[in-house]
Amino acid sequence: MMKKLNTEVKIGTLTLKNPVMPASGAFGVEMQDAIDFNQLGAILPKSITKYPQPGNAKPRVCETTAGMINSIGIQSKGIDYFLSTIIPSFDTFEPPLIASISADSIEEFVEMSTILGNNGSVSALELNISCPNLKGDGSAFGMDKSVTNKLISEVRQVTELPLIAKLTPNVTSIQEIAIAAEKGGADALNVANTLLAMAIDVDSKRPLIGNVMGGFSGPAVKPIIVRMIYQVAQVSSLPIIGCGGIMNGRDALEMIIAGASAVQVGTASFIHPTALTDILNEIETYLIEHDIDDINELVGSVIV
Amino acid sequence: MKQYKAPVLLNQQVSNRYWHMIVNTSMLDQSVEPGQFFQIRCADKYTPFLRRPLSVYRINEHTTEFLYLVKGKGTTEMTTIEQGDTIDLMGPLGNGFQIDSSMKTILLVARGVGVATLAAVAQAAYNKQIHCVAILSARTKEDLLAAEFLEGFGADVYKVTEEDGTSDVTNVQSIITNEIFGKYKIDCIYTCGSRRLSKLAQEMSTNYDIPGQIALEEHMGCAMGACFACVCDVMDGDVTKSVRVCIEGPVFPLRKVVIE
Ligand SMILES: Cc1cc2nc3c(=O)[nH]c(=O)nc-3n(C[C@H](O)[C@H](O)[C@H](O)COP(=O)(O)OP(=O)(O)OC[C@H]3O[C@@H](n4cnc5c(N)ncnc54)[C@H](O)[C@@H]3O)c2cc1C
Ligand SMILES: Cc1cc2nc3c(=O)[nH]c(=O)nc-3n(C[C@H](O)[C@H](O)[C@H](O)COP(=O)(O)O)c2cc1C
Repeated sequence: MMKKLNTEVKIGTLTLKNPVMPASGAFGVEMQDAIDFNQLGAILPKSITKYPQPGNAKPRVCETTAGMINSIGIQSKGIDYFLSTIIPSFDTFEPPLIASISADSIEEFVEMSTILGNNGSVSALELNISCPNLKGDGSAFGMDKSVTNKLISEVRQVTELPLIAKLTPNVTSIQEIAIAAEKGGADALNVANTLLAMAIDVDSKRPLIGNVMGGFSGPAVKPIIVRMIYQVAQVSSLPIIGCGGIMNGRDALEMIIAGASAVQVGTASFIHPTALTDILNEIETYLIEHDIDDINELVGSVIV
Repeated sequence: MKQYKAPVLLNQQVSNRYWHMIVNTSMLDQSVEPGQFFQIRCADKYTPFLRRPLSVYRINEHTTEFLYLVKGKGTTEMTTIEQGDTIDLMGPLGNGFQIDSSMKTILLVARGVGVATLAAVAQAAYNKQIHCVAILSARTKEDLLAAEFLEGFGADVYKVTEEDGTSDVTNVQSIITNEIFGKYKIDCIYTCGSRRLSKLAQEMSTNYDIPGQIALEEHMGCAMGACFACVCDVMDGDVTKSVRVCIEGPVFPLRKVVIE
């Protein structure tokens, strides 16, 4: 008789039926023709800002060796549109909806978290602390451990929802930031956002991205993210969501073995629109083939 | 929109810089319209990484054809695909051109590989017994692709090139106003492939009150409307609105687009 496979994972008080979810900014309701959203562990729309925001100069994406750089600039119609239109567009799907927040200041994070925390359709908040702190020195909130700690603890005061801190990899010590977020009251850590990068066309001598620099994603970044997951798992007991460069089930498993409880998949969907569900199927096949009945047994199982 | 592995029936160089590919698309469960495009995986590798958008050049009952310029990594990889191989495509994507059967004569203004996109319009127009007049602009005479293909559909083709010193906007404008408008009543202008010619087509459309449609090109990420990489501005009354070329275009009303 076949044993029942357990793929459920926990992100704070939130239970996901499986560990595979989209990465913010690389997923939208438009993709429902390509995949069955009901198979996903969670639904995670693009980060939203408080006010409508136009986005950055073009080109907004460019290709690099085994990856891409993007500088979209959180083109957002604001939180009102998110509440009135985006959230309802996912209403008919079963997986919990995680709202990703980008803000210019700690006050704005708090304000948006209060509003979203009171919305019955939102099951968790992901705080995109990789965006620049415009009231501070303009560098990302998540680059400074005390700013990270302050941000998370202030948001913690206003909502009971599980809080995921989406860390930036553009730091000297991801461990310090992870500890600061955990102490601030985060329920989970997303490791990580994109790596700040740049590419130049040698013929025109111009940057390939309109905004000069942008965020690097895709398979080329995966070893860096695996390393960071491993490092964070050593200093934090929080569940980790691995994100960066996953193209297939084995890539996702690598992050789980390094210490991630769940994974997010972004760029891979641009190449294979069914990537999210393909990855889930590949993980399940692996579990069966390796006679593992509970995915949680694999989390952090790396042998060093 | 779906992802398919389609058998390649032909992949052949047609001029110095251009290739022609025919794929068997009999598995598609929806029709393909002129102006729509496919996202092509040029090679099953991580480099080149992203898919490449190519519009449909010819639409047949069981096959779809592409005409592509060999530009960089992706299209160079595409030239290595051989007859009998399969190609991974996603599509058809985007909104195509509207070709209303009540029209009698239409004008196509194409620059370079823009003709690949407009050739499908000529084909559809022919099937609807609409007469086509086309201006094809290119760097060299060799790059004037598909002229014979258009002529085969009964189109009157005007060719302009840098090589002949005939492709400057002033000359194209004079061909349109003096020769074409003198001979025909144009019901709609279709354009693709050049910013300068699109601006000219836009002016003609406004000044002579002729409707027009334009197919835009932007660098794309997902091509499914999710990532907001391929945006452009269109006028919505007096306000500019940001739209996604992949799902709200690539075809837009000519007078509404803000040509940068
Ligand atoms: C809707 C649409 C339809 C198109 N139809 C055709 C067609 O029928 N025939 C044809 O030859 N070309 C067409 N193009 C342009 C074609 O997509 C590019 O020439 C191609 O992507 C270049 O890829 P490359 O790797 O050879 O060049 P590279 O310059 O190495 O490409 C690098 C990156 O830039 C992107 N890129 C470069 N030029 C363009 C461009 N003009 N538009 C969008 N992305 C670009 C590539 O996709 C890739 O991600 C179309 C573009 C769009 C948006
Ligand atoms: C086009 C694009 C847009 C993105 N937008 C956001 C965003 O709005 N908020 C965010 O937190 N991350 C954003 N990201 C980062 C992804 O969520 C993810 O962290 C990153 O791409 C690494 O994962 P991947 O390699 O699987 O894509 C974006 C990434 C891409 C490619």
